[in-house]
Amino acid sequence: MKLPPALLFALVAALYIGTGFVQSWNSTLTILNMGLVSAIMALGLNMQWGFAGLFNVGVMGFVALGGLASVLIAMPPVPEAWAAGGARLYGGLLLGAASVAAAIFTFNRMPPGRARLLATAAVMLLGFVLYRLTFDPARDAVEAINPAATGYLGGLGLPVIFAWPAGGLLAAGAAWIVGKTALGLRSDYLAIATLGIAEIIIAVMKNEDWLARGVKNVNGIPRPVPYEIDLQQSESFQGWAASANLPVETASTLTVKLLYGCLFASVLILIIIALQLALKSPWGRMMRAIRDNETAARAMGKDVTRRHLQVFILGSAICGMAGAMMTTLDGLLVPGTYQPLRFTFLIWVMVIVGGSGSNLGALLGGLLVWWLWIQVEPLGRLFMEAITWPMPDGSWLKAHLLDSAQHMRLLTMGVVLLLVLRFSPRGLIPER
Amino acid sequence: MDLLNAFVALLNFVIIPAATYGSQLALGALGVTLIYGILRFSNFAHGDTMAFGTTMTILVTWALQGMGITLGILPTALLALPFGIAATALLVLGTDRAVYRFYRRQKAAPVILVIVSIGVMFILNGLTRFIIGVDDQRFADGARFVISARDFKEMTGLAEGLALRSTQALTMIVAAICVVLLFWFLNRTRTGKSMRAFSDNEDLALLSGINPEKVVAVTWIIVAALATIAGVLYGLDKSFKPFTYFQLLLPIFAAAIVGGLGSPLGAIAGGFVIAFSEVTVTYAFKKVATYVLPDALAPSGLLQLLTTEYKFAVSFAILVIVLLIKPTGLFKGKSV
Repeated sequence: MKLPPALLFALVAALYIGTGFVQSWNSTLTILNMGLVSAIMALGLNMQWGFAGLFNVGVMGFVALGGLASVLIAMPPVPEAWAAGGARLYGGLLLGAASVAAAIFTFNRMPPGRARLLATAAVMLLGFVLYRLTFDPARDAVEAINPAATGYLGGLGLPVIFAWPAGGLLAAGAAWIVGKTALGLRSDYLAIATLGIAEIIIAVMKNEDWLARGVKNVNGIPRPVPYEIDLQQSESFQGWAASANLPVETASTLTVKLLYGCLFASVLILIIIALQLALKSPWGRMMRAIRDNETAARAMGKDVTRRHLQVFILGSAICGMAGAMMTTLDGLLVPGTYQPLRFTFLIWVMVIVGGSGSNLGALLGGLLVWWLWIQVEPLGRLFMEAITWPMPDGSWLKAHLLDSAQHMRLLTMGVVLLLVLRFSPRGLIPER
Repeated sequence: MDLLNAFVALLNFVIIPAATYGSQLALGALGVTLIYGILRFSNFAHGDTMAFGTTMTILVTWALQGMGITLGILPTALLALPFGIAATALLVLGTDRAVYRFYRRQKAAPVILVIVSIGVMFILNGLTRFIIGVDDQRFADGARFVISARDFKEMTGLAEGLALRSTQALTMIVAAICVVLLFWFLNRTRTGKSMRAFSDNEDLALLSGINPEKVVAVTWIIVAALATIAGVLYGLDKSFKPFTYFQLLLPIFAAAIVGGLGSPLGAIAGGFVIAFSEVTVTYAFKKVATYVLPDALAPSGLLQLLTTEYKFAVSFAILVIVLLIKPTGLFKGKSV
C-alpha cells in the first residue's frame, strides 16, 4: 500500500490542525516549530545516510555544537572575564592545537618505526604540559569572575540569527575532524566514532564553564523576534488583537510562535530546494552511485573518501544549524538536556520512517514523528486510564501503570521504527 | 616503606577498580562480539539487554528477600541470577523470532540489522523504564567488604589502607568463571565448534550440515547470560539505573572494537585496555607521587590528566589510536 506524498502531507497537516482544535493552537504551533527544526535535523542526517550511506550516530553532538554557537554569537561579552584571562585562555587552546598539529607533522615526516612513535609521543606530552600550564590558570581566573551570574567569557553580542550559520560552521569543523580520522575505516567504526564524539562534545559543554557556563546553563539568549510583553504593551498590537477578537496575551504568544515558525520554515524551504537541486545534479547522481556500489564508483575514478568527507561535513553542518535554531527558540542552553535517544536516535526514526534518500520523506518524517513523540504521552495516559479503569482505586498495579504512561514514548518509537522497517522498508515516501 | 604505600594506594584506587570495571566491560564486549561474529551486525540494543536482565534479576532478588531467603555473606542477587538469565534469554529469543529472523532470511545488509537493533533498543529501553522506572535501585546485600581499609591498616601497619569490596571480588571471580566456561564451550563442545565454524565461514559451515537456526539460538542464549551477568555485576558494584546502562554502550563497543570485532579473546583484552586507560587517565596521581618522590619534588597539582567526566573521551581516543595503528583491532577481528 503506497499513499501519494500529497495525501501523506495532508494527513500530517490534519494531525496538527486537529491538535489545534482538540488541545490549543498554542500547542499546535509549539509542536510545529520544533517539528520544523527536527525536520531540518532529519534532512541533515538524510544527506549523510540517504544520499551517501554514511552511518552517523552522533547527530546529538552536532546539534549541541549549534546550541553552543547561539551562546557564543548572541550573548554579550563579559569584559571583566576577558580582562582576567581571555587572551591567555585562547592562547592556551591555540598552543594545544599547535601541539596536535606538531605531533601529526612529526608522525608524517619521520620514517615508520619505534623512533617515530617515541618522538610523536614526546611532542604530544610536551605540548600537553605547556597547554595545561597556560590554560589552567587562565581558566580559573575567568571562572572566578562572578560565577553566580557569569563565570564565562560570554559571546560576541551579535544578532542571534548569525548563530545559525555559525552553528553550521562549528558542526562542520567537528565533522571534518571526525571524518578525517574515521571515514577511511569501516562503517561500524564511523558509527562508534560519531557516538563517541557526540558524548565528548556534551562532556565538554557540561564541564568547561568558561565556555558556556557548563551545567550552570545560559539563559536569556537574545531573540530574533519581539518579546510577548512588548507586543502586549504596544497599542497598535492591542488594537489588532481586539479586531481579531483574541485576548491580547493569546494573540501575543501566537504571534511570536508564528514568527519563529516563518523564520524556521524559510530556512527549511531554502535547504530543501538546495538539497533537491543537489540530488538531481551530477553530484547527487555520483553520491548515489558511490552509495550503491562503492567499488564500481572507485573503479570509475571517483575519490570516494573525499566525497564521503564532503557529504559528511555538509550534513553535519545542517544538523548544527538546526541545533542553533532550536536553542534560539528555547532562549536557553542546557547541556544536560542533550540525550542520544532524543537527539540522535529519534532523528534516525524520522529519516527511516520518512524514507531514506528522499528529502520530502525526511520532512514528512520529521513533522510526523515529532508530533507522535509529543502526543504519545497524553495518548498513552488516556490508554492507561482506559485499561486501568476497571481496577480498584489505590491498587498498586493501577498506580504503577498510570505512572509508567510516560515511558510509552520510547516503546512507541521503537514499534513504529520496526513496523516501518518491516512492512515499508523504504519509508513512507520512498526515494525515486 | 613509602614505595609499599605507593603501591597499596595504586592498588586501591587504580588497579582494583579498573580490574573490576574491566571485567564488567569484557563480559559486555563478549556479548557484542558474539553477535557480531555469528549474526554479523553491531547490536545497539546490547546495553538495554543488560538493563533488562538486571531488572529481572532485581525483581527476583526483591521477591527472595521478601520471602526471607538470602545467601548470607553473598548477595542474594546471585541466587536470582538464573531467573534473570532465563527471562532475558526468552526475551532475546522472542526478539530474534519476531524481528531479526525476517532480515536474516532476506539476507539484508548488516547495516539494516543495525538500524533494526536501534528499534529494539528503543523498545527494551521503554520496557525497562516501564517495569522498574528511571530511578537508582540498590539491591546489593550481604557482606560489604572482604578487607576494609581500617582492617588492612591494622594488619599491616601501613599508612595507606586497602579496601576490597565484596562486589569487586565477586565481579572478578564470576567474570573469570564465565570466561573459562565460555572458552571451554567454544573450543570443546560440538555446538561451540559449530558456532566457531559458522563465524569463520558461513557457507562452508552450512555445507557441512550445521543448522544455522540452532547456532543463532545458542548464540542468543549465551549473549543473554553474559549480558545479564555483566549487568548484575555492574549494578551490584555501582548501582542500577537504566540510563547508565544505555551509556555503557560506548565503552563496550570501544572494548569490542579495540580487541577486534568478532574475536572473543580480543573482547576481554579490549575491556581491560579501555578500563585501565579510563581509570589511569582520570585518576589524580598526587598521592602516589608524594609517596614515591622525595619531598622537594612533591607535586603541587593533583597530577590528574583529565577530570572523570571525560572518561568517554578516553574510550574514544583509545579506539581511534588503535584503529589508526591496527585497523582490525588488537586480535585481528573479522571485517564484513
